[in-house]
Amino acid sequence: MEMAARRLKDNALTIYSILSLVVIAIPLLHIIATTLINGAQSLTPEFFTSLPKPPGEEGGGVANAIQGTAILVALTMLISVPAALLTAIYLSEFPESRLRDLIRLLNDTFMGTPSIVAGVFAYTLLVTKFGFSALAGAFALSVLAVPMMVKTMEEALKLVPTDIREAGLSLGIRHWRVVTSIVLRTAMPAIASGVLLTVARISGETAPLLFTAFGNPNFATGILEPVSALPLMIYVYAISPYPDWHRKAWGASLVLMIAVLTINLITKYKLRRR
Amino acid sequence: MAGHATDKIVVRNLNAWYGDFQALKNINLSIKKNTITAILGPSGCGKSTFIRCLNRLHELRSDAKIEGEILLDGKSVFNMDPVEVRRKIGMVFQRPNPFPTMSIYDNVAIGLKLNGVRDKKALDRVVEDSLKKAALWDEVKDKLNMPGTSLSGGQQQRLCIARAIATNPEVILFDEPTSALDPISAVKIEDLLVDLKGNYTVVIVTHNIQQAGRVSDYVAFFWMGELVEFGKTAEVFENPKEELTEAYLTGRIG
Repeated sequence: MEMAARRLKDNALTIYSILSLVVIAIPLLHIIATTLINGAQSLTPEFFTSLPKPPGEEGGGVANAIQGTAILVALTMLISVPAALLTAIYLSEFPESRLRDLIRLLNDTFMGTPSIVAGVFAYTLLVTKFGFSALAGAFALSVLAVPMMVKTMEEALKLVPTDIREAGLSLGIRHWRVVTSIVLRTAMPAIASGVLLTVARISGETAPLLFTAFGNPNFATGILEPVSALPLMIYVYAISPYPDWHRKAWGASLVLMIAVLTINLITKYKLRRR
Repeated sequence: MAGHATDKIVVRNLNAWYGDFQALKNINLSIKKNTITAILGPSGCGKSTFIRCLNRLHELRSDAKIEGEILLDGKSVFNMDPVEVRRKIGMVFQRPNPFPTMSIYDNVAIGLKLNGVRDKKALDRVVEDSLKKAALWDEVKDKLNMPGTSLSGGQQQRLCIARAIATNPEVILFDEPTSALDPISAVKIEDLLVDLKGNYTVVIVTHNIQQAGRVSDYVAFFWMGELVEFGKTAEVFENPKEELTEAYLTGRIG
């Protein structure tokens, strides 16, 4: 009797878990399917290579937004990877430092900051003085990217066993050398996957770009000019009254989704520890 | 001094703490050149802490504190750059810990490479020489570019010994080097220890009485942070002066 009751409970829990999974999976699959169905038709060669046509006119592409996103992501990484890496090294490799708790608190606070605040911050700091630009956009995105990366990089460094550090030190190697040549090297796959996942996260951010990168119907010729970006373009096109723009927004969503999926797959299969 | 083994390391009134916990209490002993000294005792008696004081690894913990004197060839290690101390006093750890992203070759060469040796031929020579001294050369000479972690546990430990030898230390500390290994690998390491004492002063931490008896010339018996007895291994084992030592050697405590 006791056994039967337990088995019943066990089965009930299993069924409950499966149901929960289905409830979560259905909307996800629905989003992917809808994006595929609505977006696939837009993905012509012209879509990737041409600039947008004036409002109401059919055709054209989103090449400017693709260029913009590439510029923004590259600039953001250029700014935030070194900053985050040095911070993470400081947090993980200098345990005697007093500032550690304060930096962690600030970092966690930043991580919970709404992304629009990052945009406003960049706006007041840079845009009011120098105007809309890719650089201001990248700065806003960096405000989001740095805390995420500090967290993952610190975790990655902490996964390196103490033994490995001590082995390095016991060979008479200087502390900073042990960190750069042994600890970082050991943690590199995990650090790289943290960077890639951050790229995936920020490449879809819209709010911080609204009043920093601003958008640009043409190609940008420098980082001090406004640039378009895929999420910005999706935002503008999706709320427009033109059916052709709606289709393009779906197409751009699909492109972003495929890019993020690709990054996740690379992280999962190429960078995991053997 | 002629005819006598000279003191390589002299420890005077050494006390060490982790926070409020005193791990070592007033330790005094001398380690003779080109001998094997076993630091014997049960878990938690301070023996690992003791050797970690010798190469100044103990003080890396933020709550660590240390008092007393450690002389290497008559010079206080606390007046030397820790990096210099560790070049003279190498260490092999309890668990084999080759650098996971490096090849067998690089694991051995890294100490020299990071200290600025660029000459490929010199590196080749040191790598071969160190692996031979660690009795590993014949097993790995055809796969030097394989990851160090691809070796078996016993081979990895000998790789770590080769890595320690490569930087040409004068003293090598072994922290329970066989406790994570199978018996056959352990015997190989023990044989190797005996071979090494011709060129190096060896200090080995162990809780294994038989191992201390097999390999060491001198033995120091630690109990709860105190040095209970220190002397020639044969004498201490046959004729322990302290009751506590005898109780440990006969298995009544431990």
